[in-house]
Amino acid sequence: MTAFLKLLARNRLALAGGIVLSVVVVLAVLTPLLPLPDPDVTNTSNRYVRPFSGGTILGTDHLGRDLLARLMWGTRLSLAVGFAAAIVAATIGAAIGIIAGFYGGRTDNIIMRGVDMLMAFPYILLALAIVAALGPGLLNALIAVAAVNVPFFARNIRGITVGIAHKEFVDAARLAGLSNTRIILSEILPNVVPVIVIAMSTTIGWMILETAGLSFLGLGSQPPQADLGSMLGEARSALITNPHTSIVPGVMILIIVMSINLLGDGIRDALDPRLKSGALSRPMAATRVARDGPVPQPTGAGLLEVQQLETQFHVKDRIYRAVGGVDLAVKPGECLGIIGESGSGKSVTALSVMGLVASPPGVITGGAAHYDGADLIGAPYRKLRQMRGNKVAYIFQDPLATLHPLYRVGDQLIEAIRAHRPISNEDGRAKAIELLDSVRIPNAESRIRDYPHEMSGGMRQRVGIAMALANDPDIIIADEPTTALDVTVQAQILSLLDDLRRSRGLAIVFITHDFGVVAQLCDRVAVMYAGRIVEEGPTAAILDTPVHPYTAKLMACVPELGAGKRRLAAIPGLPPAVDKLPKGCAFADRCHRVQDDCRAQDIALRRDGGRAVRCIHPETPLTKAIA
Amino acid sequence: MTGYILKRLLSAIPVLLGITVIVFLIMALIPGDPATAILGSYATPENVEKLNRDLGLDKTLVQQYFIWLGNMVQGDFGTSFALNRPVLDEVIERFNGTLILAGTAFVLCAVFGVIAGVLSAANQYGWGDKAITFVVLLGISIPSFFLGMMMILLFAVNLRWFPVSGMWPIYGTRDIWALLAHLTLPAICLAVVATGVVARLSRSAMLEVLRQDFIRTARAKGVHERGVIWRHALRAAMVSIIPVLGIQAGFVLSGAVYIEIVFQWPGVGRMLVDAILKRDILLVQGGVVFVAACYVLFNIAVDVAQSLLDPRIKT
Repeated sequence: MTAFLKLLARNRLALAGGIVLSVVVVLAVLTPLLPLPDPDVTNTSNRYVRPFSGGTILGTDHLGRDLLARLMWGTRLSLAVGFAAAIVAATIGAAIGIIAGFYGGRTDNIIMRGVDMLMAFPYILLALAIVAALGPGLLNALIAVAAVNVPFFARNIRGITVGIAHKEFVDAARLAGLSNTRIILSEILPNVVPVIVIAMSTTIGWMILETAGLSFLGLGSQPPQADLGSMLGEARSALITNPHTSIVPGVMILIIVMSINLLGDGIRDALDPRLKSGALSRPMAATRVARDGPVPQPTGAGLLEVQQLETQFHVKDRIYRAVGGVDLAVKPGECLGIIGESGSGKSVTALSVMGLVASPPGVITGGAAHYDGADLIGAPYRKLRQMRGNKVAYIFQDPLATLHPLYRVGDQLIEAIRAHRPISNEDGRAKAIELLDSVRIPNAESRIRDYPHEMSGGMRQRVGIAMALANDPDIIIADEPTTALDVTVQAQILSLLDDLRRSRGLAIVFITHDFGVVAQLCDRVAVMYAGRIVEEGPTAAILDTPVHPYTAKLMACVPELGAGKRRLAAIPGLPPAVDKLPKGCAFADRCHRVQDDCRAQDIALRRDGGRAVRCIHPETPLTKAIA
Repeated sequence: MTGYILKRLLSAIPVLLGITVIVFLIMALIPGDPATAILGSYATPENVEKLNRDLGLDKTLVQQYFIWLGNMVQGDFGTSFALNRPVLDEVIERFNGTLILAGTAFVLCAVFGVIAGVLSAANQYGWGDKAITFVVLLGISIPSFFLGMMMILLFAVNLRWFPVSGMWPIYGTRDIWALLAHLTLPAICLAVVATGVVARLSRSAMLEVLRQDFIRTARAKGVHERGVIWRHALRAAMVSIIPVLGIQAGFVLSGAVYIEIVFQWPGVGRMLVDAILKRDILLVQGGVVFVAACYVLFNIAVDVAQSLLDPRIKT
């Protein structure tokens, strides 16, 4: 509760709304005690006195009644009616919703049918019909507004209740022999109250507006009693000659409803856990770059050269070092594998190259990525966009989520081309068919009219590959492209990528967690752990003699067909959280060769003879491994 | 597609029946004797009895309902006693006015609401976003009838840019320009609240979509940010914006009641309020059923639009 209030108070707008609303409510409650003239005493000789004159503060209305007094009493009435309507609607609506959701079946069906019928009305028609039947009057307006809002609450609360009614603790209460009433009151109700509060806080402003509206139409409070709505209604005839009589109640409604809405939004945000971590931030067009240190110069080690890359996630006051100084290089026609567990930073490394890490929260804080000698990290968005898909293309993991669900695959392919060069519709179509052919999709001519959901997983991934090939890029970064596919399809995709690489001289950066895939496809491999490279070298050499204990363990996790009976060794423990990295070796806690000095200081990546390792107590000394 | 539309139309029949039942039941709630209510307390007992018979009030509720329903299906909504003319004629004539007003406001709120929402999401936490968010908040907090009065005061009375009220000039030609001049203020005023709501929901729908993987794919392809926002993200966000537009149509129809009163617009809402104050029950019943039925049909059109937009919906 205190956490909730704190969260609410941090939202300055909600706080302001809360303060204004409290002031209005306190004044409304205290109105009978305030030294105000009688709001209903008419004095026609004193009509339409302007504000701040004739001994009044806000002037008088068409019958010479004191506007300030009428405003305060009217506010009191409007607030009371609005809150009452909200409470009535929430109570009845919640009761209906809980009953429908808890009992389910036919009860649910019949109730929700009725609710749907009520929601088929534009709300005011229903309210007008009710007032027409009951006759004009404030109480009847209250009933009408409450009744109109009942379906909204019923539907919301039913949804939540259905979710709760099948939870274990409800089953447990049933098994314990509690009656349905007891279960509803002690198990269901406490869990739906926050939802009721959110729904109320977001609708109460509406209800005040609606009751004021009915009064404005002359269907709510009847003279001489006046709420804010009927004050406005009465003042309308003098709008042009004496606007102050309209402005005073109108502004008051605005203030009340606005403060309630501000507070309501604040309550909703504070109670809605999705918003707590700022999760709903929109990723920008390119990852934010905030490099402090010097930018490394290219050494010409490859077509794409990543140097000392550091990418972090800044979530509130926490810093997650997803990538902590990675060096990689890939030459034309070469396939480089990056392997590691989930969360080791391999995807973030790959996405950083073209500024595709979601930002916020991602920030590139150091290093460089040189493509053909030009730094991509510091490049302006315009330049980066021209390179994306054109020079460096990506293939992503889950092709159902990564293809646009509402565009035909052909159009998505053509768009990939159009992003970089103009092409006519016919040429685009021909090129799209050619691309689908090149990734061995049968019936390419009819397939370009398919939507992604109409294709199988393997076909979708072929489309993803075709899209990456659309502009004949020099480098393809494939981020676990086969992980979501079954094994036979996986093998087909891998051989397709291998063929494409050989026929087009593509450089491929292949990210995976599967050593089998690396062995099949990659010339060189880099093993990542906790955001850093721990071992790198030619694939065959590393498979033959892994040097880093982590690499050895990772390889021991892969089952081998026909290799005889062998224990599959899982690596004990979990990788360290990247917001709390240890001082020394990040793998130390899980390593069977760990010594005291492993934890003492940062361990450097040592290179020798085309291999590199970040370990001071390796499985095999590096010098021996390359010999 | 035709099959789908037909299916949706058939599924509307129970909803329409439900609407008539609800309206009928509400009207059956009327305390006391409707004939006395209509004729006033000075009516002779004979007259009251005759009117009761004419209105069919001597029969049971169920009989009354089916007679009423049967007549309505044949296009006979009864006769308004206050206006002394068939209810349906009056309702259709007035609904025409409401349709012009609410239709214009609906188009305004859909276009500007979505644009504002998209711009707001695209510049999240920027100045544009903050300004739009504030205006939206103001828009959904201000009572439309108060806003209408202030707009009359400023734009019609002080600046004299637009006529004060009505749908047509009292003297002069009734052409499209005269209509537009009269329509501008009320349509904008009616659109304000709905625009705010649409903008808000479009913003959050866009923020939701912009985090999806296929947006990253579009960026990785090198699609320009404008294309990412307006082609990729908006298209996907429309899937959740369109149902909101359907709901907003109901709010626009509802809000039209206030606007019609404030701007003296000859529409069905003003007719209903007058009818309630005169206790012209048949006119209220007929008007409510007619407008609600139109709204149900409109929502079917929204569903059809949705299925055209989203190929994943089975038609």
